[in-house]
Amino acid sequence: MEATSGRGVRPERPLSPHLQIYSPLVNMVMSIMHRITGAALYFGSLLVAWWLIAAATGPDYYNYVSSLFATWPGKVVLLGYTWVLMHHMVGGLRHFIWDTGHGYGLKTIDILSWGTLAASFTLTAIIWAFVALGGA
Amino acid sequence: MKTMRTPLKKVRYLGSAKEGTDHFWKQRVTAVANVFLGVFLVWLIASLIGADYIAVRHKLAHPLIALALLALILSATIHMRLGMQTIIEDYVHAEGPKLVALMLNTFFAIFIALSSVFAVLKLSFGA
Repeated sequence: MEATSGRGVRPERPLSPHLQIYSPLVNMVMSIMHRITGAALYFGSLLVAWWLIAAATGPDYYNYVSSLFATWPGKVVLLGYTWVLMHHMVGGLRHFIWDTGHGYGLKTIDILSWGTLAASFTLTAIIWAFVALGGA
Repeated sequence: MKTMRTPLKKVRYLGSAKEGTDHFWKQRVTAVANVFLGVFLVWLIASLIGADYIAVRHKLAHPLIALALLALILSATIHMRLGMQTIIEDYVHAEGPKLVALMLNTFFAIFIALSSVFAVLKLSFGA
């Protein structure tokens, strides 16, 4: 809805500063990352559905699909999927803390935001180390 | 008279959209479930890497695994539909495209849910 002066002429009013004028803070970056990873998981759900359908279809098609996931591009996708899932999950835990009304101090916000990033990388590394060492 | 709200409106406290905190609350409830079910999915996939088809099929058909998968599918598809709805409402302002996008969002979530549920049930019940 455009604001008008009442005679159909739009006055040139100053706009309040928006995103592009601020230097990025870790909290801002983690906020948009939460949304981006959420959207990625949204479309990533296709991969899980595909995997389940492949298993339900039969051995030939399942082996074909798992051979695709076992290629280098496939592994990169799975590694990315793991990190995105972990990041969105840890980001969600951070939101649970904020939902209680706690953790809004500036220092705490910084710690929680950096902590989200650190935890998502750490968890991804642990999962892939587990798979590389014992799972496979 | 200090407020224009009727007593009934105050009791219901649903606001102009008539939904109150429904969206917010469902997002949080499914988020809590997804923490546990997401960890389960990572464990499941990690434990099946490199396994042959018979082993994969056997594991996915186990009642507890199948139940957890069904719970995950239900919780995750509700959660992702609500999340994408928020994204659409934030960025798509024109009424027509917004309605179309919201419908496609619902269709996509239901497509993922139904196809995954069907696959799990087929694995469980054989055939």
